[in-house]
Amino acid sequence: MTADQREELEQAALRVRQHIIGMSTNGGCFIGASLSCADLLVYLYWRFLNISPMTVNAEDRDVVLLSKGHDVPALYGVLAERGFISKDRLKNHLSVDDHIYWHPNRAVSGVEFHSGSLGHLLSVGMGMALDARMKGLPTRVVVILGDGELNEGSVWEACLVASALNIDNLVAIVDRNHFQANIRTEELVPLEPLAEKFRAFGWDTMHVNGHDMESLDECFGSIQLSSGRPTVVIADTRRGKGLPSIEERADRWFCNFSPEEAEALLDELSGNSRATLTSETLIVR
Amino acid sequence: MNRYETLLLETAARDERLVVITAENRGHMRTVPPLLGDRFIDVGIAEQTMIGMAAGMAVRGRVVVTHALAAFLTMRAFEFIRDDVAIANVPVIMVGMVPGVMSDGNGPTHQAIEDVAIMRGLPNMGVFCPCDESEFIDGMRVLLESRRPWYVRYINTPDLAIDRVAFEPGVANVVRGESIHRPDVTILTYGFLTRQCIEAAEELGRDDIQVRVVNMRTLKPADEQAILNAAATSGLVVTVEDHFLTGGLASIVAETLMARGKGANVLTIGFPTWFTPGRLDEVLAHERINSAAIAQRIRQRLADIVHAPAQPPLLPNEVSNV
Repeated sequence: MTADQREELEQAALRVRQHIIGMSTNGGCFIGASLSCADLLVYLYWRFLNISPMTVNAEDRDVVLLSKGHDVPALYGVLAERGFISKDRLKNHLSVDDHIYWHPNRAVSGVEFHSGSLGHLLSVGMGMALDARMKGLPTRVVVILGDGELNEGSVWEACLVASALNIDNLVAIVDRNHFQANIRTEELVPLEPLAEKFRAFGWDTMHVNGHDMESLDECFGSIQLSSGRPTVVIADTRRGKGLPSIEERADRWFCNFSPEEAEALLDELSGNSRATLTSETLIVR
Repeated sequence: MNRYETLLLETAARDERLVVITAENRGHMRTVPPLLGDRFIDVGIAEQTMIGMAAGMAVRGRVVVTHALAAFLTMRAFEFIRDDVAIANVPVIMVGMVPGVMSDGNGPTHQAIEDVAIMRGLPNMGVFCPCDESEFIDGMRVLLESRRPWYVRYINTPDLAIDRVAFEPGVANVVRGESIHRPDVTILTYGFLTRQCIEAAEELGRDDIQVRVVNMRTLKPADEQAILNAAATSGLVVTVEDHFLTGGLASIVAETLMARGKGANVLTIGFPTWFTPGRLDEVLAHERINSAAIAQRIRQRLADIVHAPAQPPLLPNEVSNV
């Protein structure tokens, strides 16, 4: 990856984060998880996936599924930046006149399947991957899982079956931001050693720094999708990445900021000054 | 090769969209796997994964028929059915094995006797409960072309000697007593117990009690006109089902009459709770849902109606507590 290419991706990720901040006010969104997977999604849509607004209905297109769903502001930002939907449309977030809300809806161009309830889309993705395999298509199916989502038994049931059916055009990415709603994963239901768990289920495993474009390029450039085994990429990320005032804070996962706070966060994102946040934090426990 | 295997293989040969999936439940289609190749998938005992996969295929244009024991299909995988099949509104047909009383000796964990209630509660979902093998095959042939989600109670019992009108969702089939002008009793039923209802009607007929038997076939859409006709023309409407009294045909009749502001004498026969497991014929007798018990319960209700004093009209502010 050249320095220019890297710069292009980082600038795109910055714009996607601006969109996410835009959706974190006037009703709010799950900003923490959206920021942790923003770089991943930018990398996938700019460098890895065979999909564009022109091929959004092509049978052989690659497919991305957001299994954790509540990170969808990152996807909306990416879809707007790539021209699947207009940037103006992001202003419709939470409007009953559009389909853009806290979880994905496939009425939005570029969204492949709805989600919201955790632990569903690995099996849905397996069905899509098998359909493509039966048709002899080169389609790759990428399913983004949250690490908290890995508490759900249905994820592991699907892992067993994906391995049994040798679904090797399937890539699961764990957005390993180390948080579930408002507590660290290792303090509630420990996941480590996580890669070993997937390996024991018959998956090829890879590790990547989920915020570094060169690491992502190296990782996805070396994925072998004809091994007979499904692949999982464990992407180390930080919840709230890009905004130091909320990064890794247990009480800042769903945020509904005031317009002034959102402005201050945009400033913080560009590295100018740290935002002062006075809106209520969200602790559910 | 049984008729279901023939139907699946013929459909697959004609329609390349068809995929058959099972959660290690393939006793009724042993010849299908090798003949369907990669369009037959056995996921093992993993109902949730099966339904999610089926939805993923169906949203890409497949027609997917899934199989598992009815109890585990509709309840273990319920949220997958709701989220991934019903919300997506995609053509996944879910065939539940040993539904209702057919789980005979398995015990309450295996009793799918709330399946109609929970499946018909889902928008977009259709519910088909055939009474014998021919009705199952005739209906499945239509559902495979319907492009919508369906839950189907599997049945392969020998064919009943009945007149059949062409299968159509939401159209009931009068299986006995169509020519009776004003029946004393109309039994509304579906599925496995249809045979018991016909036999009960024959028995009552010998005592000069005129009984019509209506097989609902699909519970969703339900044939509302058949229900309204029964209420309008019969002295007593009886619902018979191997299902809880909550949420099945008894509820459908109540909902239909309420919505139209109609009343009727209604006797509901079904399970108030999980049934006692055992050999099927003994279960039917023990739970009082075989033909003799159905006939006896109808006779009793008819006697109660005759002997009940006429209800005085309610005063304007009076509320009945019975």
